[in-house]
Amino acid sequence: MQIIDSDVVIIGGGGAGLRAAIAVAETAPDLKVNMISKVYPVRSHTVSAEGGIAGVVKEDDSFESHCFDTIRGSDYLADQDAVEFFVEDAPKRIYELEEWGCPWSRFEDGTIAVRAFGGMSVKRTVYAADKTGFYMLSALWERSLKYPQIKNYDEWHVTRLFRVGEKMAGLYAINLKNGEHAVFRAKAFVLSTGGACRIFSFNTNGNIKTGDGMALAYNIGASLKDMEFVQFHPTGLPHTGILITEGARGEGGYLLNNKGERFMKEYLPAKMELGPRDIVSRSIVSEIKAGRAFKGPYGSYVHLDIRHLGEKKIMERLPLVREVALEFAHIDPVHEPIPVMPVAHYYMGGVHTDKETATNVSGLYAAGEVACVTINGSNRLGSNSLAECLVFGNAAGVQASRFAQETALQTVSEAEVRDEERRITQLYERNGAENLSKVRESMQRTMHELVGIERNEKELEAALDAILKLQERWKRIGLQDKSKTFNTEFTSLLELENMLVVSEACVRSALAREESRGSHTRSDFPARDDKNFLKHLLVERGADGMILKDHPVTITKWQPQERKY
Amino acid sequence: MATTRKKILVQRYVEGMEKPELQEFELEATAEMTVLDALNAIKDTQDGSLTFRWSCRMALCGSCSAVVNGKPVLMCETSLKKLPDTVRVEPLRNFPIIKDLVVDIDDAFEKMRSVNPYLDRMEARVENKHLQSPAQRKRIAQSSQCIKCMICYSACPVYKVGENFMGPAAGALAYRYIAESRNKKKRRQLNAATGKKGVWGCSFVGECSTACPKRVDPAMALQRLKVMGALNLPKRLLDKE
Repeated sequence: MQIIDSDVVIIGGGGAGLRAAIAVAETAPDLKVNMISKVYPVRSHTVSAEGGIAGVVKEDDSFESHCFDTIRGSDYLADQDAVEFFVEDAPKRIYELEEWGCPWSRFEDGTIAVRAFGGMSVKRTVYAADKTGFYMLSALWERSLKYPQIKNYDEWHVTRLFRVGEKMAGLYAINLKNGEHAVFRAKAFVLSTGGACRIFSFNTNGNIKTGDGMALAYNIGASLKDMEFVQFHPTGLPHTGILITEGARGEGGYLLNNKGERFMKEYLPAKMELGPRDIVSRSIVSEIKAGRAFKGPYGSYVHLDIRHLGEKKIMERLPLVREVALEFAHIDPVHEPIPVMPVAHYYMGGVHTDKETATNVSGLYAAGEVACVTINGSNRLGSNSLAECLVFGNAAGVQASRFAQETALQTVSEAEVRDEERRITQLYERNGAENLSKVRESMQRTMHELVGIERNEKELEAALDAILKLQERWKRIGLQDKSKTFNTEFTSLLELENMLVVSEACVRSALAREESRGSHTRSDFPARDDKNFLKHLLVERGADGMILKDHPVTITKWQPQERKY
Repeated sequence: MATTRKKILVQRYVEGMEKPELQEFELEATAEMTVLDALNAIKDTQDGSLTFRWSCRMALCGSCSAVVNGKPVLMCETSLKKLPDTVRVEPLRNFPIIKDLVVDIDDAFEKMRSVNPYLDRMEARVENKHLQSPAQRKRIAQSSQCIKCMICYSACPVYKVGENFMGPAAGALAYRYIAESRNKKKRRQLNAATGKKGVWGCSFVGECSTACPKRVDPAMALQRLKVMGALNLPKRLLDKE
């Protein structure tokens, strides 16, 4: 078995992972960093983020305002100390990326431009046209090439993490290109593998977003947190789920029902289309229920109308909206409204960390969508997640580099390595009767139909039962591809196993949270219940499966009140 | 839902085979289906060993490039409806094949790395004062669109034969940083792009720009770099001394 040593290992090469790697390289240039990613970093899903990145960069804005908007948006479930740190650090990270060449869009005077976004009370969303994530990821990847001490292991798939005592010590990974196995050892680790919304059949996520990091960390005893909270973005294209950015509404787009009415005036007159995502998505569901939506072959939808912005503004500010609408919905938004429906988009929950990105496994840090710090609470505001990648990616890199300098390399147990080798070999040779794609589709349909925007006890119980049965069926999946090189059927099998862990954690947490808060709507418990549920739910691995625990919410100066706009 | 019967020919190769072979699949295609959807349907229901890269399915991540009916494209944005009843899918050209449609593109990534595509941190960190006018930004708008899908390398008639040619995307990337108004040390990128292993192999056929799914126009970038390189030559010689 090949053993590959370094000071720090970064798992995942998207926005948070690259930012962490650069932070290690800059704070401790002598440290060796190995970055392991199941795709080339530039393929990471950060690439698909569109609308922008939030930060206080203008004089009419304040930290206080960004904090309050984020906390109110979270329905008071965000940890306020983490939000304060996040808000104060975000502008630094935005300017820094500016210095690294990220082509932010500009105002006429040459300063960085900002646009309006849902739930933000002033314009504070910095953007690069409507491909902000793409430009950021490019700038970060290109910047990372400056540092020879960052070594990339692209298209390596991590199958297991190893602990020695309480400490994270190594991991097992497979090189897809040639089927080689290796153990990576390091003094500190950063987990930045992204979210998990592929557990839903209708989602905006890339194929790679299968919750790997959440499941890997859970398996070695890290806690998951807030797993019931999944964001449904109001405006996905029917059928494909491809995202139409909130920037379209930020620039002045309307949401219209089948009567041509801007229906948000019934639900949130003060904010209209620029309400937070949970409220706008629920409003669309209400319109659908009231029969005021359009009916299409792939379900009911409403219209997003940006025609009044005119071709020039659309081409300048929202070129990707036009590109994807033309390409994937065969609609030209310059001349026609775009059909849209709510779609699973972002995982608020994730691996539990403190505000400095430490998980409860020593030496393991987590940042980005895989992590739950939490600044997002029960509902993330649009454009806070790209900032989260930079702020906490950087923090994780700094923490990991500090930790790596204070600790020694651990020897991973040979028995555990052999166990994993045996498990992998057996998985390759599986000859079960179950079909991989059928089990996956069944999970995605279950989650979509029973654990979607509106939930209730009966459906959640049915979902739990279904997921547990699917975990059993997973064990009987047979593989057709027997080759060791680039076996994507095999990696899909591992990803499905991870998604089933995330799904179970989601359903169990959703069942336990008997209230409605943010993105989590229980039709059987329609009110927010601060007395019993102003708390996080942790999911931990026990001897007989998942254990739920309470964890306090940190309140600093914004006392919970009714969430009004 | 109305469907059309399509014949999908996919080039297959796995380690141990003497040479790649075409395999024929049949499929009932819906009107919305893309080539990528078709391959996923085949993988899910007919042959789990069919191997290809994909992720975002919205033409941004650059994973799913392949040659479809002779043209290098992103499969996720190539509609089946617009193609004839028989569709032929092959891996990108000019790269070693790893398996089926998966090719080894590490060399192209190395060439991109070789142009030093980054700005050094500017000396005085004055917050938000690094101004860039909309006109200055426009100069890098086109060349900064590259998604590294490697389609231009597949289209390029020189890349495979000309060992010293950096290839289209690396050229576009170098140009993007040289045309950047905030870059105060352009010489690093310019020397890399116009050195021995730089742009000179380009024969200006322009196939890269025709094929680019993001309209980056690497051919234009390469031509401009050649001009800059010629002008930069005396300075380069001085740098060496």
